[in-house]
Amino acid sequence: MTALAAPVRVPITVNRRYLAAGTFIALGLIDICVFGFFAHRGDAVFALSLPGARPHLPAIRVPGAWTSFVLGAISIGLGIVRLVMDVPRWAKRLTIAGALLCFLLSLLSWTDAGNSVGPLQVIDLLQGTLTASIPLVLGALAGCMCERSGVINIAIEGQLLFGAFTAAAVASATGGVWLGLVAGSLAGGLLGALLAIFAIMFLVDQIILGVVLNVIALGLTNYLYDRVMVPYANTFNAGNTFGTIKIPVLSNIPVIGPVFFDSNIFLYITYALILVIQIGLFRTRWGLRVRAVGEHPVAADTVGIRVLWTRYRNVILGGIIAGIGGAYLTAGSVGFFTSDISSGFGYIALAAMIFGRWTPLGSVAAALLFGFSYQLQTELSSLRVPVSSFILLMAPYVATIIAVAGLVGRVRPPAADGKPYVKA
Amino acid sequence: MSDQSGAGHSVPPGATATAQDTGPPAPGEPRGRLTGSAIIQAVAEGHSAVITILAVFVALVIGGLLIVASDPVVLRAWDSFGYAPGAAFSATWTSVSSAYSALFEGSIFSPGTISAAFHGGSIAAIFYPLSLTAFEATPLILTGLSVAVAFRAGMFNIGAAGQWIGGALVATWLGYAVHLPIAAHAVVCVIGAFAGGAVIGWIVGEVKARTGAHEVILTIMLNYVMYNLLSFLLSSQSAMQAPGQTNQVAPAIAASAMLPHVGGPPPQAGVGFLIALAAAAALAWLLSRSTVGFQFRTVGASPSAARSAGIRVERVWVLAFLIAGGLAGLSAATIVQGQTQPLTFNSYGTYGFDGITVALLGRARPFGVVIAGLLFGALNGGGTLMEAATGVPADVVDVIKGLIVLLVAAPPLIRLLFRLRRSGGAGPQAVAAKGWSG
Amino acid sequence: MKLELRGITKSFGGLVANDHIDLVVQPGEIRALLGENGAGKTTLMNVLYGLVQPDEGEVLLDDEPVAIHSPRDAIRARIGMVHQHFMLVPVFTVAENVTLGSERVRGLATPAMNLGGLRIPPLGLPSFGLLDRRQARRDVLELSERFGLRIDPDALVEDLPVGVQQRVEIIKALLRDASVLVLDEPTAVLTPGETQDLFRIMRDLRDGGRSIIFISHKLKEVQAIADTITVIRRGKVVGDRPPATSDAELAALMVGRSVQLRVSKEPAVPADVVLDVQDLNVEGERGEHSVRGLTFQVRAGEILGVAGVQGNGQTELCEALMGLRPSTGSVHLDGADLSHASTRTRLRAGIGYVPEDRSEDGLVGEFSVADNLILDVFDRPPYASGIALNLAAIRESATRRVQEYDVRTTSVLTPAGTLSGGNQQKVVVAREMGRDVKLLLVSQPTRGLDVGSIEFVHKRLVAQRDAGAAVLIVSSELDEIYALADRIAVMYEGRIVAFCPPTISEQELGLLMAGGGAAGSADASPEDGSQTPAQEPEQS
Repeated sequence: MTALAAPVRVPITVNRRYLAAGTFIALGLIDICVFGFFAHRGDAVFALSLPGARPHLPAIRVPGAWTSFVLGAISIGLGIVRLVMDVPRWAKRLTIAGALLCFLLSLLSWTDAGNSVGPLQVIDLLQGTLTASIPLVLGALAGCMCERSGVINIAIEGQLLFGAFTAAAVASATGGVWLGLVAGSLAGGLLGALLAIFAIMFLVDQIILGVVLNVIALGLTNYLYDRVMVPYANTFNAGNTFGTIKIPVLSNIPVIGPVFFDSNIFLYITYALILVIQIGLFRTRWGLRVRAVGEHPVAADTVGIRVLWTRYRNVILGGIIAGIGGAYLTAGSVGFFTSDISSGFGYIALAAMIFGRWTPLGSVAAALLFGFSYQLQTELSSLRVPVSSFILLMAPYVATIIAVAGLVGRVRPPAADGKPYVKA
Repeated sequence: MSDQSGAGHSVPPGATATAQDTGPPAPGEPRGRLTGSAIIQAVAEGHSAVITILAVFVALVIGGLLIVASDPVVLRAWDSFGYAPGAAFSATWTSVSSAYSALFEGSIFSPGTISAAFHGGSIAAIFYPLSLTAFEATPLILTGLSVAVAFRAGMFNIGAAGQWIGGALVATWLGYAVHLPIAAHAVVCVIGAFAGGAVIGWIVGEVKARTGAHEVILTIMLNYVMYNLLSFLLSSQSAMQAPGQTNQVAPAIAASAMLPHVGGPPPQAGVGFLIALAAAAALAWLLSRSTVGFQFRTVGASPSAARSAGIRVERVWVLAFLIAGGLAGLSAATIVQGQTQPLTFNSYGTYGFDGITVALLGRARPFGVVIAGLLFGALNGGGTLMEAATGVPADVVDVIKGLIVLLVAAPPLIRLLFRLRRSGGAGPQAVAAKGWSG
Repeated sequence: MKLELRGITKSFGGLVANDHIDLVVQPGEIRALLGENGAGKTTLMNVLYGLVQPDEGEVLLDDEPVAIHSPRDAIRARIGMVHQHFMLVPVFTVAENVTLGSERVRGLATPAMNLGGLRIPPLGLPSFGLLDRRQARRDVLELSERFGLRIDPDALVEDLPVGVQQRVEIIKALLRDASVLVLDEPTAVLTPGETQDLFRIMRDLRDGGRSIIFISHKLKEVQAIADTITVIRRGKVVGDRPPATSDAELAALMVGRSVQLRVSKEPAVPADVVLDVQDLNVEGERGEHSVRGLTFQVRAGEILGVAGVQGNGQTELCEALMGLRPSTGSVHLDGADLSHASTRTRLRAGIGYVPEDRSEDGLVGEFSVADNLILDVFDRPPYASGIALNLAAIRESATRRVQEYDVRTTSVLTPAGTLSGGNQQKVVVAREMGRDVKLLLVSQPTRGLDVGSIEFVHKRLVAQRDAGAAVLIVSSELDEIYALADRIAVMYEGRIVAFCPPTISEQELGLLMAGGGAAGSADASPEDGSQTPAQEPEQS
């Protein structure tokens, strides 16, 4: 990412076909041997509707062990297909998704097979995944905006924290959650402005800058929390939250409805931002120029694009988006601010962005995966399944290490990412 | 602190104003002359030591503003500025000065102890604040060295926290599970801590060497893996959880494994501080006077030139991270074996990230890291007293530390604030950019 | 459009790059700016294009002064520039690169419809700046046809060969209706054949009324294409000459004294084979074969010059010989098999390496001259004993060598990056020649150097040859090849297409470099690396 350590001149070219095939087959074997053979006797029940929902879908019952066997076989099948045939790129992605889905479903059926506590609440799981992903998606979108224009943003964590703090404080002090949202986004934007100024004008190394801004943000919010929020909790930390908004018609679709169309405003803002930024970056003139600045700022300059202005603007906008993500952590969910409420989400968002190859849609997919593993952890503990939550929590990080190590294809950031633009 | 070296370049922090790498390093020492004119010249030209001092000053000022702006007493006084202006100013001054003097007294020295000594109080109490500072500085110096050695080889070690945990786990386990006589036990635990940290560092170096992955992401992710691993091990009775406990805490380590203290019980300085100083000296020698250090610096300055000269760049990365991890592990040893509390799920505290700021402040030079570590140790130690005495939360110290590093990393800003000329003659690049026009 | 530069002056620190330069270019004229590296030609054009602001002077178009503060202003003034280092975004397509900054956009609109007699006009939202890819494609194709520059709008620039990339740059300028076109050293990366194509395009554009400014340091080319040659030396214009002016006069103007174009050397006395390369194949960045089936030998006491246009595999050859790039085939040095050896082993075995890019690969800019002088031997006695460096020995040896090689520096402790290009190269040369080497591998050794340093380096290379070393020199400067080589090997598209004596004429050599040619056939199937199209003539 920076010019600090040049990449290996001759990268390892792992033959991706064997790797994919091997991975799918290995996953399939795990499905069969672990989830299948070790399943408790009995059926796994997947509850597909919330109690009292209209229309109410019946729960799906499947024999736990056999489900895993079948899914494992499918996964092995996919592996063989990849081994033998050369498939187009879209089909490759489909097979990855397929193998992953088989793995997850057999994991789930293993957890619930014969479980006395109750059925697996699929809606809860999906809803939880989505809501857990919101700050990650927003953080990753912020990262995309910054890095596509060539500025590394490690300070997403700090922007989330600032946004969360300011949103809680303002919402509490004014009684208006919308004001809290706006204030939170502006706070994120402020930190973005600091990042921009120090990186672009003062040429501070961007990774150092990000780390230091995070330290300052944590210290500042902790300080103000102890000094102001704790003694004056009623004024500054009352815990106001947004209510949910059900989208008519769409929210009644079975399974999909309650998950995607029945949430608070933050989810809908996130939808909008994903769409706008994805289309914006890759199909508009604005996006072409931003990407040119991030890939080859000198070339962009020579055709008259204002490089520094583009970077300032994108970094500040990115900060605003991250600020919204931070506002979600307080005003959009629990309401109260607590110390270090962002607890590393900013870094996971960074990982999601890299995993997703610096594109909004890719980041969303990665963020959902990470959100899912968080949510699964909660679900499993409520089902009293004896898998240590810590092991599950490790999963997104290990996955990112694997991704970054290039085992799922070359991960190439925008070419000028992290390199300040200095005119002679 | 990074000087611009050319269009479109990001300069590694190992490159500093002092160009020379052979010979004893020191941050911007004004060539041995300490006459008044030399000092004034150094100030005017913006030497890096001067930049650091000014940065500390500005950070303290901003910290002071933060303190007064959030002090209800001061705010009330300003509310009634109209009919009691003097009271407003004095309230402001009192607020800041009491906080900062508590900070000073907690970390450097408290005049009260001197007079107390004359009246039969202990002499040792005079040195208590300094001892506390040294104690607080010990783990920071070691993690600072960890980050610094990686910097010199051209890499960012954001993973000192995870490597710290690796060392802590090994040291703790050796501390309670193995039984050895007094000195040997401590030594074995220290070595074990180094090894534990080194293994985690080695993983990063090896993955980077084989796949070219960027170590920033690797180390950040590995940190979180280690946090969770720590929690996992500490919540399982069959692993490292203390028998009979439901919290995430390890068994206490044997007394025979503890590092002795100087003069008094923790948090006084102990053998750990000596270990930190020895590590700094060893690293200084390694970097400037050994073939290994030469390779590190070459790879850090220009991997392509290193490669063309036959240096095995990937091996250097692995070795540098191995040493970095080991140093972070030593940091863990000084804590685990230096204080009485057992290992818990958040023992790693902020040592890892503080190490980054200490290394940056110390310009990645071992001597500088020691000074920076002492400075931050002083702030940490004094912060506790400040919070106890004046109620100002110790978090303001974190803000001050962050600001110092931020300002040190941006010398153009300091120069702008204090109208300093750039040292070393004019260069074609602008000190501050031309605004929006790009 | 008549272009005038009046009194342009620009300094960088203490260096005066442009010194009160006056230049007038009429419409329908090809003006060549001839000068050495560092003479100030590029700076002048950067001023014209708004990349650099002059300290004094002004630019006039059609006798009206224009303010050019940025490339945007220059583009608006219909000035186009094709830079020496391309300004193309590798991951974008040709169309995207060409239209960048002047993109075609469209809005979202429904088409006009006719429903049973009821006319519905197009309903549309204002343009959000959605890119109109189809229109962009059409624009590029139209231009490429008009000027005979064949190009595929949807190709990714990073996949295109260098000559084609240059066409993209030209189309970029033409899209913006450039009336003045500046070409900065455009032929550095072209074969002689491609250069002729470029000249044809330039003439067409000139005949259409445009002005072209052609920057070069190559005498032959400016004589071939220019209507007038303006010679620049050390920031000043020293004269305008017609193309019929003699080589010697132009060279003298460029350099300021009469130049000895050849270094005097004794004929070679080649002895045993030192370097033996058999069937060397190297894969390039994108899997294509950069070097195919290379077979050659270099003997002690001779200089083998590898001639060829840059980009035909020479860089990859050097890197493979040094172990910096994987390769198949065999490499033997004095009998020792180095085919799979590491870089360090090869250096130790007795190869001296002067890399092409001295600032990136040859030196560490931040390190002192002394440290740079031991970059590849730092762990050997006397510079180190065991793990400890011997700083005194390092310094002492450096002082000696700096004197011996006439490196102009205030002290051996100065950072090497502050030295001039010539002195930097002297440091590299001092380091590599200061060891016992059996083979000297030098790549583009005098690129960017002033004439004095060029002479120095050439003398040293010949001296090494005479002392019994084998020398392999890779250069894209024909003058250098002619001056130094005892034998010439011509590389084209990864193969050696011919071995020739240094008496070969430039026309023939140029032809071989372009892939045509008499000695040995260059016509082989592209992917088949096993053919060796040119055989080494037997040498006793």
